[in-house]
Amino acid sequence: MTPLLFGAIVFAQACFALAMGLALVRLLRGPSAQDRVLAMDLICTLAMLMMMVLAIRYRSSMYFEAALLIAVFGFIGSAAMAKFLLRGEVIE
Amino acid sequence: MSGNLAWWIEIPVALLLVLSGLFALAAGVGVVRFKTFFQRMHPPALAYSFAAWCVTLASIVYFSAQDDKLALRSWLIIIFLSLTVPVTTILLARTELFRRRTAGGGSGRSGDEIPPALNQELI
Amino acid sequence: MRRLFPSPLLSLALVALWLLLNNSFGLGQWLMALLLGWLVPWLTHSLRPTPVRFSHPWVALRLFFQVGRDVLVWNWRVLKGTVAPADKVPQGGFVVVPLDLRDPNGLAVLAAIMCVIPGTIWSELALDRSALLVHMFDMDDAQAEIDLIKHRYERPLMEIFE
Repeated sequence: MTPLLFGAIVFAQACFALAMGLALVRLLRGPSAQDRVLAMDLICTLAMLMMMVLAIRYRSSMYFEAALLIAVFGFIGSAAMAKFLLRGEVIE
Repeated sequence: MSGNLAWWIEIPVALLLVLSGLFALAAGVGVVRFKTFFQRMHPPALAYSFAAWCVTLASIVYFSAQDDKLALRSWLIIIFLSLTVPVTTILLARTELFRRRTAGGGSGRSGDEIPPALNQELI
Repeated sequence: MRRLFPSPLLSLALVALWLLLNNSFGLGQWLMALLLGWLVPWLTHSLRPTPVRFSHPWVALRLFFQVGRDVLVWNWRVLKGTVAPADKVPQGGFVVVPLDLRDPNGLAVLAAIMCVIPGTIWSELALDRSALLVHMFDMDDAQAEIDLIKHRYERPLMEIFE
């Protein structure tokens, strides 16, 4: 791996981590509950992107499974929480 | 596992990764910066669309070059994201409208008014 | 044929999805993919009450690339608006789009398009499907955006699904 690609990978990971930190600020501060759900959803997506960058960094496609799992659980969690906020029941 | 890749493969991969990092960072900045909830809902779409596309394209290019066969597997991530993101987004938008309307009144800030319901009987 | 494959497009999509997920194209995977592509649409037939009428594949392909280009354009606009100095931050707002599209499948695709494109959020649909509430990131020219939504996305979707 050339220094160019390695630098790009580290840069992307740093950006994702910083964005996750900013979303965490919104998660902790967010005035309403749906703000927190939105921030949590963004964090899940960024974690998924981070996994895909790790797959390139360590040259292992095993990380795709982790990325898919994070995407699935992030989606289920966000949808269930939004549904709960919408009517107060997850299952109607 | 083959050794080092050709340098002309690594340049587009590196470029795509840098681009996705910048767009994801903008999504994080926007979520913190904007004042109203609906305005805050737009920046995460940067991470869901362009940043995710770039990372996926980078990994397709990288693994295809590394294994000498087309590695389309990470394409699934984009397909999956484009199916799930609308569901979450619409549910969150509906949540905000519903909760603000039942609570009554806005935060008083300009540009933060909630429009009247299209279906008056349902709220 | 119709009875065996109630929705051929869904069968094709399932076969492709299974092969992609396993990342191998051996005989066993092909058999499993074909089994899945036959069995799942057949078993879940009653879960899909409105049949999909799909015509004009070329219009669909053009719409696909149009949406791809618009995603790039809107990404750039939202990025610029996000990092703009404090006095130039765009003011978002709601617009009501009158709808002519009535087919539920077409409306579902329209919802997906509006949500994947940054800058527009599908917020509410009237019960009789005659109007749509959309939040726009940038309210410079609301009427132009309404016309754009109607012209670019709704017209092709009506051609495809109706």
